[in-house]
Amino acid sequence: MALSEAAHAGAQTEQGGPSHKPVRLFKNISAKIASLPMVFTALVVFLGGTIWTVVYSFTDSGLLPRLRWDGLDQYERLWNSRKWLVSIENLAIYGVCSLIGTLVIGFTLAALLDRKVRGEGVLRTIFLYPFALSFIVTGLVWQWILNPQLGLQSVVRGMGWESFTFDPLNNSKIVMFGLLIAGLWQGTGLIMCIMLAGLRGIDEDIWKAARVDGIGTVKTYIRVIIPMMRPVFVTSLVLIASGIVKLYDLVVAQTSGGPGISSEVPAKYVMTAMFGGQNLGQGFAASTMMLVTVVIILVPWAILEFGGKKRG
Amino acid sequence: MANPGTLAPTAAVNAVNPDLDEPRGPKPRKALSRTNIMLYGTLIVVAMYYALPLYVMVVTSLKGMPEIQMGNIFAPPLEITFQPWVKAWAEACTGINCDGLSRGFWNSVRILIPSVIISVAVASVNGYALSMWKFKGSEVFFSILMIGAFIPYQIMLYPIVIMLREAGLYGSLTGLVLVHVAFGMPINTLLFRNYFASIPEELFKAARVDGAGFWSIFFRIMLPMSLPIFVVSLIIQVTGIWNDFLFGVTYISSPDRYPMTVQLNNIVNSVQGVKEYNVNMAATLLTGLVPLVIYFASGKLFVRGIAAGAVKG
Amino acid sequence: MTNSVEIKNLDLSFGAVKVLQNLNLNIGEGEFLVLLGSSGCGKSTLLNCIAGLLEVTDGQIFIKGKNVTWAEPSDRGIGMVFQSYALYPQMSVKGNLSFGLKNAKVPKDEIEKRVARAAEILQIEALLDRKPGALSGGQRQRVAIGRALVRDVDVFLFDEPLSNLDAKLRVDLRVELKRLHNQLENTMIYVTHDQVEAMTLADRIAVMKGGKIMQLGTPDEIYNQPRNLYVADFIGSPSMNFLEGALEGGAFRVDDMVIPMDDYEFAGPQTADRPATIGIRPEHVVTGELVKNAPLQFEVAVDLVEPMGSDTLVYAKLGQHSFRIRMDGQARVKDGEKLSIGIDPSRASLFDKATEDRL
Repeated sequence: MALSEAAHAGAQTEQGGPSHKPVRLFKNISAKIASLPMVFTALVVFLGGTIWTVVYSFTDSGLLPRLRWDGLDQYERLWNSRKWLVSIENLAIYGVCSLIGTLVIGFTLAALLDRKVRGEGVLRTIFLYPFALSFIVTGLVWQWILNPQLGLQSVVRGMGWESFTFDPLNNSKIVMFGLLIAGLWQGTGLIMCIMLAGLRGIDEDIWKAARVDGIGTVKTYIRVIIPMMRPVFVTSLVLIASGIVKLYDLVVAQTSGGPGISSEVPAKYVMTAMFGGQNLGQGFAASTMMLVTVVIILVPWAILEFGGKKRG
Repeated sequence: MANPGTLAPTAAVNAVNPDLDEPRGPKPRKALSRTNIMLYGTLIVVAMYYALPLYVMVVTSLKGMPEIQMGNIFAPPLEITFQPWVKAWAEACTGINCDGLSRGFWNSVRILIPSVIISVAVASVNGYALSMWKFKGSEVFFSILMIGAFIPYQIMLYPIVIMLREAGLYGSLTGLVLVHVAFGMPINTLLFRNYFASIPEELFKAARVDGAGFWSIFFRIMLPMSLPIFVVSLIIQVTGIWNDFLFGVTYISSPDRYPMTVQLNNIVNSVQGVKEYNVNMAATLLTGLVPLVIYFASGKLFVRGIAAGAVKG
Repeated sequence: MTNSVEIKNLDLSFGAVKVLQNLNLNIGEGEFLVLLGSSGCGKSTLLNCIAGLLEVTDGQIFIKGKNVTWAEPSDRGIGMVFQSYALYPQMSVKGNLSFGLKNAKVPKDEIEKRVARAAEILQIEALLDRKPGALSGGQRQRVAIGRALVRDVDVFLFDEPLSNLDAKLRVDLRVELKRLHNQLENTMIYVTHDQVEAMTLADRIAVMKGGKIMQLGTPDEIYNQPRNLYVADFIGSPSMNFLEGALEGGAFRVDDMVIPMDDYEFAGPQTADRPATIGIRPEHVVTGELVKNAPLQFEVAVDLVEPMGSDTLVYAKLGQHSFRIRMDGQARVKDGEKLSIGIDPSRASLFDKATEDRL
């Protein structure tokens, strides 16, 4: 015995310790107790809440939720509502443009910054700061810049181009693009950052190899780098897509759904039905449709991402 | 580029080998090549697009109303006035209350502090339990949590109204705090889980051999090692909760208790009266000030935080 | 010799994957046992089971006669040293050494005494107030050993403790470990994939593969009488030469060569004719002057020569079979040259081709 004689004097008895497998439930008991808030949030709030809403979307709940079955009536009404159809169409336009725009701008900016640019830190700070601002602030400032009497349009006209017209917020045909300008301004910085991290993660030897093989810069990006960044693109795609479906605050702040109903979006439809119109059943049905949309987006991603390998 | 690190070896090689015709090492970049002009030109134009709104906000908020109506929004103020800021902070009206955004500001602070503390505490323990003390089903709960982050919040809004009402918390700041804790849990738990998972497992094993338990390892070993990730999580939560509009408008029933974003929207988008653009922009800036200060102060950590949260998600 | 650690019918599965299969092992009091194998053989898993860091699926573990199968790691009377040192980075060396004792509520003056003693044994007294970040690799590992030492345990567990050190330091610390074992006389269980470490440190070696112990024996037994083809191939560098042929009438035949096995010590009585593999260590092949004294002589064609300073490794062809020979560092051999070699069949190993067990 090395240091003291008294060590483990009590350990001499045969079969001293717990010789039987402890009860499963009490194993790791501290960890389980500590995880209770998470378990509650996951099971009751997220899972329970979602199931509750889906179930109640098949009822005729009005001012208060009630379990009187109404079959698919709410959904029929939903798909017959012009406002909902406009919302869906708007979300589709905004979604496609925002997805492509954010990816293209985000990647281009990242690629430009990755060319060993002087002052990269300053530029990155400028590109990303809008992301720190809320959609409310974003919506309000762009509402102001796009104001036809005092904003961009009047400035350009003041410089001599009298016929210049750029008034998206009052033109129902292009109002979604007014929102898009603000949305891209707010969100592209994040994607740029993620793309930049992805670019920095690529082995420098790849670039050397491409140079030795005589492949041009643009071609190297398209043929070599982008395919290598597939996971980064997939993550960005999911981030952008899940953000698009939640689009709400920006619309409220920038256009309030106007002019008329021409910039309504599904999330706003849900909020109006549930908290404005005392038409809970409609709100539940509409939010269930939103869930379905997300599932359609998420399931292929999950298969792509976790299909082959199982982690953890 | 005059990078001393790349120039020095070149010079050294030349010193040893004076006969070398061409310098080795990276070719020094010409400052005014065509590609460079294109590159910097593009970047500067784009940077202006990004910087413009902030500039417009500041400039407008410092002008008087007559000057706004006359001039153009990009022009710097001829006469700087802080009156719009004072008015936005202390006098602007929402409904019957005319004590300005200060009310919303203090509401937001009262929501922010407990929400951030509780959510960071809960998320760090979650992440720790999930990475080091996995138990049967822990991964399932975590997966549900993560899926919850991608689902439109609208689908859970009403059931939460019912839960809060049952608990007697609907409409109160406490209720909103709990909602923020719940919805902040996925991303922050993920962040902490990934961070703790990157700590060598042997450290955890060594602590267990040394007789430390769940809480002892957390407080004595893991916490002192995880300051950076706490800062990242803090930044994410402060900006996220400060910028929230949806939960504030849903779970706060009285305008007295509205958080700043909701109050701002009500002030600016109220239909009555003449629009005071300078006051509106001052109010908008005031609301954006907290996340902006955090953003500019934290610099790299902010980027790291969102990138870490996003890329690994 | 009383048993210090006793492992009975140990099973461990992760889902459908059986990592350890019906493992039995008795480790004597004060013994230095090395668990040796390539990565994924289950050696570290077994060590973690003994430490209580992994829950076993079935079977029992006894330490000092006490059933500790389900006991907490800290209640087992073990100390553990890890490959990455696993020092708590925010604590000083002293804090690292005393953390376990504080958790066990050992009185303060007793902690002081034990830390001082361990520091003296390991010669790290001067480092006590430093943080692990300010230590060299060797110093870190010494502190890690100290952490096990202060806890005054019955059994030391080492999980590849020298693998992160550079080659020279590894040799130094290996010698120190051996000295420490002689001084403390504790039971030590040591996991490594490095056969030199295993051979030099161990009282006994357990060679593992696929969650099973392939052979348990003294370094001498493992090297000279490998019980199966796997152990024979795994131990020794460069590895053993294998020739596939048949055992016929007490001699091994491969192609037209005949190797009489009269002097070979068969492991059992089963010497009936059968397909077999003979294994000859490159260092057991003699050349030059010694060839004429060897019981058996062959001629090989030199293929490639690797001079290594202390030795020369010759890759040659024996008939159509490639054959490695380890020669003296002074040997001058050229590619393409014919070389006479001598073999002693009594030092060879013979394996059944089907079961791969030693004959």
